[in-house]
Amino acid sequence: MVKSVKGKPIITLQDITFSYEIEPGWNETVLQGMNMEIEQGSFVAILGHNGSGKSTLAKLMNGLLLPHDGVVTVNGNDTSEQERLYEIRRTVGMVFQNPDNQIVGTSVEEDVAFGLENLGVEPTEMRNRIDEALRAVHMEAYAKQEPHRLSGGQKQRIAIAGVIAMRPSVIVLDEATAMLDPQGRREVCSLIKRLNRDEGITVVTITHFPEEALDADRVIVMQRGSVYLDGPPREIFSRTEELQSIGLDVPHAVRLRHHLVRDGVELPPILHQEELVEELCKLLLKT
Amino acid sequence: MNFLQNFAIGQYVPRDSFVHRLDPRSKLLFLLFFTLLVFWANNWFSYGLLLCFLFMVTAASRIPGVYLLRGLKPVWFMLVITVILHLLITKGGAVYVQWGWFSIEQAGVQQAIYMAFRLGALVTMGALLTLTTTPMDLTDGLERLLAPLKRFNVPVHELALMLSIAMRFIPTLLEETDKIIKAQKARGVDFETGPLIQRAKHMIPIVIPLFVGAFRRAEELALAMEARGYRGGEGRTRLRQLHLSWRDTLLAGIAILLGVLMGWWRE
Repeated sequence: MVKSVKGKPIITLQDITFSYEIEPGWNETVLQGMNMEIEQGSFVAILGHNGSGKSTLAKLMNGLLLPHDGVVTVNGNDTSEQERLYEIRRTVGMVFQNPDNQIVGTSVEEDVAFGLENLGVEPTEMRNRIDEALRAVHMEAYAKQEPHRLSGGQKQRIAIAGVIAMRPSVIVLDEATAMLDPQGRREVCSLIKRLNRDEGITVVTITHFPEEALDADRVIVMQRGSVYLDGPPREIFSRTEELQSIGLDVPHAVRLRHHLVRDGVELPPILHQEELVEELCKLLLKT
Repeated sequence: MNFLQNFAIGQYVPRDSFVHRLDPRSKLLFLLFFTLLVFWANNWFSYGLLLCFLFMVTAASRIPGVYLLRGLKPVWFMLVITVILHLLITKGGAVYVQWGWFSIEQAGVQQAIYMAFRLGALVTMGALLTLTTTPMDLTDGLERLLAPLKRFNVPVHELALMLSIAMRFIPTLLEETDKIIKAQKARGVDFETGPLIQRAKHMIPIVIPLFVGAFRRAEELALAMEARGYRGGEGRTRLRQLHLSWRDTLLAGIAILLGVLMGWWRE
């Protein structure tokens, strides 16, 4: 896998404007003058409610959509250059929301092979990469299985295996957990966390579950087509009222702490449930 | 409805046999050759030879006869009609039954048996092909056999991909149909009783959401394929490689032997 130099921007978006034509002559602007840099090796969570432009943002990152204004570059390649598009798509892998609608192969290993076949990888090399990718997502026992017999979480793991077999530097997950049950969501979340930490793959996860942003290095909150907040999760989630004012929720522990502080309990900013429990215990011992 | 539990695409019966291990390309070519032989045969000897061969192939495939009979089911009606027509129409040779203008004569009986055999042999051989080859192998075999047609702008790769995507989505769409039926039943639609036209009308609230869903899926799938670098058949490699083995050489030998014997024994 690609061992990366941390800190160097791998995806940059400059002054991006994007709008959909709803009817002739009537455009709905989704992104407006947006700037963003995704650093290599980072784990970025993008939060935002429906219609905030976060899904459009994801599709701009590997040239599935092109901006109307501004420039998107991946590893220095401009996504509007047609001949660089395959290089870009190999660098930035994407996992979509509906697990059923992104599996092409009639068996698990054939689906993982799909991207490799498109790249023109030799069959023997392909075999190795498939086995490696399936091991990475702990699905090696299912190689011959038909995809419709798998659970939602397993299907998403296969989709991720299909992406990592292509050895990308970045994986963009466009609400990849939205259609999964809690079990499937946990599986996918722990997998992407591991891929980021152990393989050095840059992860951009787009979600509307605030809990999934807790493990990220950086949280970007989108609101009406532009960046509303940008920073480490601890900082972002401490601004509970601001988040709630734009219709976003915060993790349960953060919300509870917020209510307690408002009612006069003295608590430092926290992120995880365990921290809250610890702080509350300390408080209990003090009194 | 739990048809998904045991659902398998196509009618492939997994066994480990000589026929199963043949390359799909040689099986397809052999089926073509066998078809020619069946129409070339013209006497008891040649038909007998083909019948013996058919039994041998069935034995070698380890497919239970029940499956082959099931394969004949859709054509039995045609088979019966062919037999009756030949019995009544073809005249010549000794007269077996005479009843007014109606007669059954020797040539009629012979022709009826020949025709029934031809039809039966072809369907059985075809069934043996689909019973011993997975749909994916069949698609691959077809794609490679038809590859030369690409020069004449026949979209061979695209057709094969369409076929395999269709196979991939059959269970998904079945599952969706099941869900829609349940949802409509919960809203009080009655699918089981009433006159035929009424029941046909009740299919509309199943078919429309299914179609809308299928289009939505198609769009998302196209996007996902593009994101994974799909750009048509050009420069694409394949995970599945077809390999010819000694079995396929043996099959070619058998085919030649069969052809020679037929040429010798037919009149």
